[in-house]
Amino acid sequence: MKLKILMALLRKEVILMRRNPIIPKIIFVMPLMVMLVIPLVANLDVKNVEVTVVDNDRTPLSRRIIADMEASDFLRVRDICSTHDRAMITVEKGDADVVLTIPDDFMKEVASHTSRIDVEANGVNATKGMLGSQYVAQSVMHTVSRWMEENGVRMSGEDISVINRYNPTLDFRNYMIPALMVVLLIIICGFLPALNLVGEKETGTIEAMNVTPVSRLIFVLSKLIPFWIIGIIVVTVGITVGWAVYGLVPQGNILTIYLATILFSFVMSGFGVAIANRSSTMLQSIFVMFAFIMIFQLMSGLFTPIGSMPRWAQYLTYAIPPRYFIEIMRSVYLKGTLLGELFPQFLALLGFAAAFFSVAALTYRKQS
Amino acid sequence: MSILQSLVKKEMLHIFRDRRTVTITLVMPLVLLLLFGFAISTEVNDVRVVAVVERHTDGSRAIIERLRANPYITFQGLTAPGDVDYLLRSGQTDAALFLREEGGRQSAQIMVDAANTTVAQASTAYLRSIIAGPGTVSPVLTNTLYNPQLNSAYNFVPGIMGMIFILICAIMTSVSIVSEKETGTMDLLLVSPVRPRAVILGKLIPYFLLSCVILAVMLTIAYTVLGLPVSSSIADVILLSLVYIVLSLSVGLLVSAIASTRLTALIVSAVVFMLPVIMLSGMIFPIDNMPEVLQWLSCVIPARWYTAAMRKLMIQELGLEYVVEELVILLSMTGVILLVALKKFNTRK
Amino acid sequence: MENRDNAISVAGLTKRFGSFTAVDHITFDVGRGEIFGFLGANGAGKTTAMRMLCGLSVPTSGTGRVAGYDIISQPEEVKRHIGYMSQKFSLYGELTVKENLRLFSSIYGMSAARFREVSQRLVKDLEMTGMENTLVKDIPVGWKQKLAFVSATMHSPEVVFLDEPTGGVDPVTRRKFWELIYKASSEGMTVFVTTHYLDEAEYCNRVSIMVDGKISALDSPSALKEKYHASTMDEVFRTVAKDAVRTE
Repeated sequence: MKLKILMALLRKEVILMRRNPIIPKIIFVMPLMVMLVIPLVANLDVKNVEVTVVDNDRTPLSRRIIADMEASDFLRVRDICSTHDRAMITVEKGDADVVLTIPDDFMKEVASHTSRIDVEANGVNATKGMLGSQYVAQSVMHTVSRWMEENGVRMSGEDISVINRYNPTLDFRNYMIPALMVVLLIIICGFLPALNLVGEKETGTIEAMNVTPVSRLIFVLSKLIPFWIIGIIVVTVGITVGWAVYGLVPQGNILTIYLATILFSFVMSGFGVAIANRSSTMLQSIFVMFAFIMIFQLMSGLFTPIGSMPRWAQYLTYAIPPRYFIEIMRSVYLKGTLLGELFPQFLALLGFAAAFFSVAALTYRKQS
Repeated sequence: MSILQSLVKKEMLHIFRDRRTVTITLVMPLVLLLLFGFAISTEVNDVRVVAVVERHTDGSRAIIERLRANPYITFQGLTAPGDVDYLLRSGQTDAALFLREEGGRQSAQIMVDAANTTVAQASTAYLRSIIAGPGTVSPVLTNTLYNPQLNSAYNFVPGIMGMIFILICAIMTSVSIVSEKETGTMDLLLVSPVRPRAVILGKLIPYFLLSCVILAVMLTIAYTVLGLPVSSSIADVILLSLVYIVLSLSVGLLVSAIASTRLTALIVSAVVFMLPVIMLSGMIFPIDNMPEVLQWLSCVIPARWYTAAMRKLMIQELGLEYVVEELVILLSMTGVILLVALKKFNTRK
Repeated sequence: MENRDNAISVAGLTKRFGSFTAVDHITFDVGRGEIFGFLGANGAGKTTAMRMLCGLSVPTSGTGRVAGYDIISQPEEVKRHIGYMSQKFSLYGELTVKENLRLFSSIYGMSAARFREVSQRLVKDLEMTGMENTLVKDIPVGWKQKLAFVSATMHSPEVVFLDEPTGGVDPVTRRKFWELIYKASSEGMTVFVTTHYLDEAEYCNRVSIMVDGKISALDSPSALKEKYHASTMDEVFRTVAKDAVRTE
């Protein structure tokens, strides 16, 4: 009996969804957009650092420093200026990120360490400033030490080797792709059901349901099940796109990914329903959802590392469910982490699902 | 004029009667700005490191001492070589440092969790300089212009403002107009002797005023709490922001001319705009890292120009003459969008 | 006092919103199969009273039974045995006529076979043949109302609540609508109807008039006319409601 009612309501939801002018498009276009475009954009790697050089030395060494920078993958010599003031103008206009000043007699004095090259980075973009100046410094150091070696001066130095685990090619996309599915799930399982529910509130059809014997659990389930299924389909599409377009295959167990997907869908939908219950107009629910989506996307470590946040903000991220989903996805995808090793994250998701569902159930009223 | 005044008054009453929505509209930008201004940073400042030392020497002890002292590093202690893999895989540490001594020469190996390449590169750079130690004299001296503490909050404030305006203004106007369309009151106004232009202005002015309040609040926070440098360019900042607000309102108008239901208007402005604005405005991700096609695409996103111009004005403290290009682009975008929206509106009747 | 045979019996039912008393101690009974008219000016408390009877709103005080179930302790049981047609049209506009009917038939647990039989008959009764597959938002208002009535009654509930069912409908359709009501009543359904149209009050077996949250008059239309020395229900209403404080 209950099952039959649920089926009838589900049928209604599917028909309504199909006839909606925009939802089918969102379901099909959004995953492709997100999976194809964001990995190309979401790149925090610092490349194309533009360098303006002020060469006061004009010696074979200074020319070699410039040539070596030009040859680097990360650096581009924008301009060679005669004065420091001219070089600064290129920075002010935003054409250059770093100004490199080679002093008079640098070549002559380099062995005695009395002369120093100045590297000035534009700090407006903090990351680019820091890494850019480091790249330039490294490049210069490399050239200088080679030059000194060739001229019989041995620099003291250590033997340092680096192993990049889990992402040996240092491709930022490999880091983004697994996590991007969180964007899709937040919108599909949290945002859309909330809108749908508030929409029924506004048209009054929810009241027609409230005078029928349909229980609130069944009614809400009929709203959520379609989105859960879509969520799973979308993640599958995402995994396929990741494999077909970027050649990225999960290192770990794919079932772990699906388990996380299902749990996270529960979390987000419980959250969406809770918000829909608390708001009376669509505008309100959208503002609230929108604020949370922003917070979820920007505070979950999706785009910027949690480790970079101030301590209080790092504690705050423990209250942000997508954080755990992203951690699971990245670990399973890149590191092949096992389910058992991700126990705390799964437990957190489960806790959030239970909490949001209780709030959603308690705030949904058939009666006023 | 008196007709326009009464229309504006009606709209104001309408906005302020819905207390909850007004509160949300005013509080949300504030919370977002504070939260993101403080919390969002791409700077790597907390690298968790474990070390594996085969045999302690003066050299290895000195390196570990430097690890402990470094503010960017959280040194988690020594560990056995067999545990490193588990620690990295479960995400309990970011990098492992293997120290060996061969024939009197110190050799080091950095094993870093490179899943996040940016963090990995920065961590490697830190570790390299720590291993090299302060004793080595570098022939290179580095320093930073404009933002000497490399505080990335600075960098994000203009971007966040750009995003908040386009989303709030676009959503507010489009929803309010479309809901009048849905309830039929729009037709009522359009069949009245009031000119369509007055109807639209009557809609836009109140939201413009509301946006100005939001702007004032956000600038106050940016200059006080977030500590952006107060410079003579505040007037320029306000001018640019006002242009941008008008642009955002026009976008909302355009959406409302196209969408026929509130749901569509909301989904279009919230979902379709949100991702592109976050991704392509240069707010978080540098535009010059993107593929050529997307760099071109980003040119149509108003937030890109606003963010770029605001960075010049607010952080580099440059004058208005440095943002002429951006200002012209924003103004012409406003003109085009407003024209298209008005045209769409007129044909609708 | 409590009569098991009554479809609705209400005693001292009250609903307060803050300091405002929307419904003030109303008491009445409605017999099985009766057509009971619930009249009152806008804001008199009709809809609030009806929402309490349907289990949509919890009374502040008082008791009530509908179809034999207590509206306070058994609202879900009440819902199983009633039909409700709200003032605001509330079928799914993006579903077709047939899809809407099927949805409500499943909700009330009708079998597929019974649905086919009933829906065919209903479509013919409503003169809606050929419109089964039209989206509900595209059909004219009159049909929408009839359709809403049908979805509220197709499961043969014991009591059907109609909240201003003929608002915005032309006179011819109104007449047809009342034929539907009579038919439902003749099949044994109790009909509880609120209306603005005082000529419609004449069609009811009994009528109550609500003024400022209280029931000021309750009897058959003819008895009321006699009592207030009036020739039409319109006059009765004006006499009874002349002291109303609450107007909209």
